[in-house]
Amino acid sequence: MRIELVKRSQHSTFFALASPFIAFALTLIAGAILFAAIGKSPLTGLYLYFVEPLTQLWSVHELAVKAGPLIMIAVGLSVCYRSNNWNIGAEGQFIAGAILGSAIPILMPGFQNFLTLPLMLLLAMAGGALYAGIPAYLKARFNANEILTSLMLVYVAQLFLDWLVRGPWRNPQGYSFPGSIRFPDAATLPEIFPSQGAAHYGFVLALIAAIAVWFFLSRTLKGFEVRVLGASPRAGRFAGFSTKGMIFLSFMLSGALAGLAGIAEVSGAIGQLREVISPGYGFTAIIVAFLGRLNPLGAIVAGLLLALTYLGGEAAQISLGISDKVVRVFQGMLLFFVLACDTLIHYRVRFVTAISGEARNA
Amino acid sequence: MLENILLTIATAATPLLLAAIGELVVERSGVLNLGVEGIMIMGAVTGFAVSLSTGNPWLGLIAATIAGALFSQLFAFLVITIATNQVATGLSLTLLGIGLSGMIGESFVGQPGVKLPTLDIPILSDLPVVGKLLFAQDPLFYLSIVLVFAVMWFLFRTRTGLTLRSIGDNHTSAHALGISVHKYRYFAVMFGGACGGMAGAHLTLVYTSQWIENMSAGRGWIALALVVFASWRPLRVLLGAYLFGAITIVQLHIQATNLRDLESLPAPLYWLAEIVKSIPSQFLSSLPYLATILVLVIISSNRRLTLINTPASLGRPFVPDR
Repeated sequence: MRIELVKRSQHSTFFALASPFIAFALTLIAGAILFAAIGKSPLTGLYLYFVEPLTQLWSVHELAVKAGPLIMIAVGLSVCYRSNNWNIGAEGQFIAGAILGSAIPILMPGFQNFLTLPLMLLLAMAGGALYAGIPAYLKARFNANEILTSLMLVYVAQLFLDWLVRGPWRNPQGYSFPGSIRFPDAATLPEIFPSQGAAHYGFVLALIAAIAVWFFLSRTLKGFEVRVLGASPRAGRFAGFSTKGMIFLSFMLSGALAGLAGIAEVSGAIGQLREVISPGYGFTAIIVAFLGRLNPLGAIVAGLLLALTYLGGEAAQISLGISDKVVRVFQGMLLFFVLACDTLIHYRVRFVTAISGEARNA
Repeated sequence: MLENILLTIATAATPLLLAAIGELVVERSGVLNLGVEGIMIMGAVTGFAVSLSTGNPWLGLIAATIAGALFSQLFAFLVITIATNQVATGLSLTLLGIGLSGMIGESFVGQPGVKLPTLDIPILSDLPVVGKLLFAQDPLFYLSIVLVFAVMWFLFRTRTGLTLRSIGDNHTSAHALGISVHKYRYFAVMFGGACGGMAGAHLTLVYTSQWIENMSAGRGWIALALVVFASWRPLRVLLGAYLFGAITIVQLHIQATNLRDLESLPAPLYWLAEIVKSIPSQFLSSLPYLATILVLVIISSNRRLTLINTPASLGRPFVPDR
C-alpha cells in the first residue's frame, strides 16, 4: 500500500480549523500508548496531564505563569514564520532581554520608583530586539542562514548569562552560589491576585501582545506585507515590498517579544537572575506557534495547552513517578502531528493498494 | 603536549564529520534535515544503553546506527510522503529526539559506560609522530575518513550518485525522466540518519564513556553549518570538521592549562598566556558557536559560490503530479 497526495483545487476550510484539534487528539492517543508502554495506566496518566492541573486554583495560576512566556514568544514567532524568516533562537533573545532588563535592579539597586519597572520592560524589549537583529543583519547583508546563526546565538547567550551570574553580577551575600541579588519590590512584576496564586502581570502582557499583533497582521498594510512576502516572495517584490526590511521587522519584533517574556519571567516569577531562567520556553514556543496555526490568537489557546503539559508533567512525576522528560516527548509528538495534519488543508490523502495502482496503470 | 592536542582534535572532529557527511548526502538529494541534532542524541543514548546492558560497545555502535536510521525515517515519512514543511519537521525531530533521549537515558545518568577500543594498525602505528595520530585511533575515526572518500566516489563517480544529485537540483525534471524521487530521498535520509546515529555513538562510546542529558550540545547544528561551509563538497566537510575540532580542543586546553606550569616560557609568551587565561571560561566555550556564525557569514557572503553549489531543490517539498 502506498500513500499519495492529491492537490485540492481549493484549500480546505474545514481542515484549516480542525487540524490542530485532530493533531491534539492523535497526540492523546499516542500518549496513551506511551503510558501503556512504560507500564502506567493510560487513563490516569492522561487525566494527570490534562485535567488535574485545572482542578485547583493555585495550579490554574501556575498555568498562567507558564503560558505567559509561551504565548508572548509564539506571537512574535508567528510573524517571523509567516514571513518565511526562520528565527529559532527565541531562547537566546529571551535571555538577552532578561539580562538587559535586569541591569536596572542589579546595577542601580537604589533606583526604585514608578519608572523602574517600565524601564526594565523597555530595556528588555530592546535587548531581545537587538539580539535578534544579529541574525537578521547577517541574513540581509551576507545571506547567512538565519536558522543556524540564530540557534548558535542561543548557546552564546546561555554561556554569557552563566558568566554574569557567577562573575560580575553575583550576589556578594549569596554564599558564592551563582545568582544575582533578589529584585526589590519596585522591580518586581506584581501578581494579579496576590491572595490567590502566583499568576503575575506577564500573562496580561502576553494577551495584550497577542491581540496587538493579531490586529497588526490582519488589519494593517504592513501586516499584509508580512503575509504576501511569506506566501510568495516574488509577488511581494513586484508589489514593491522590501524583503530585507521584512527580515529586520519580523526578527526584531519577535526578538522584542521574546525579550519581554524574559524579563517578565525573571522579574515576575523568579525574582532574580539565575544561571538557568527558562525550561526551554523559546523552543516550546515554536510548537505553540505552529499549533496556533501561526495566528496570534491561536497562539493563546496553544500556549495554554502547552503550559498544561508542563504542569501535567510535574503532576505525573509526583503521583505516578513518570519522568518529567515525558513532557518533551509529548511536545515533540504534538508538533509532528500538527505538521502532518496541516498537509490535509492543501492535499487529499489517498491510500493506493498495489492492485488499484496496477489497474490505473493498465 | 602538541601530539596530545592533535590526538584529541581528531576525537572532537569525528562526530562532526560523521554527522556532516551524512547530512551532505541528504541535502544533495534536495532534503534539508534539521533533525540532525535529534538523531545524534538518539544515537548517543541508544549506543550507551545497548553497550551498557550487553557489555559490548560494538553492539552499542550497531544499535546506535540502526536507531539513527530508523528515527530519521519518521522525518522522511513526513517530509517526503506527506510533503510537510522541512524546516519545521526537522526542528520537531530534534525536539522529539532531545525529549525521548532524556526519558530513555534518565536511569543511565552517572553510570560508567563502556568504551570502544582503539584500533592500532600494526607497524604503521609505530611510525614517529604520525603513527599515533593516524593509525592508533578509535574505529569511528577510520570509518569517518573512509566515508568521506566513499561519498565522494559515490556522488561524483557513480550513476546512482549522479541521479541523486540531479534529484537535488531539479526534482520535477528527474521525476519526468522516470526516476523515483521519493525512493532516492528515503534512502538518502536513511543514510544521513545512520551517520547521525554513529556520530551520537561516538559521543558516548569514544569521546566520553557516560550519558549526560543533552550531551550533543549543538554538535548536530554545527554539522549542518559545516555542510554549508563545505558548499556541499565532501573534502571540504573533512577540512571544516577538523577546523572546528581544533577550535573546540584548543579552547578546552586553554581552560585546563594551569598558568603555573607555563612559568618556564619566555616572558612575551608567558604574558600572552596570562592574557588568554584571563578570558572567562564561558567566553572560551562559546568560541565554537561564534566560529560557526563567522564561517557561515564568510561562505554565504559569496553569493555566486553559494548559488552554484546549493542543490536547487533544497528544502522544497515535492508532490508529483498524477
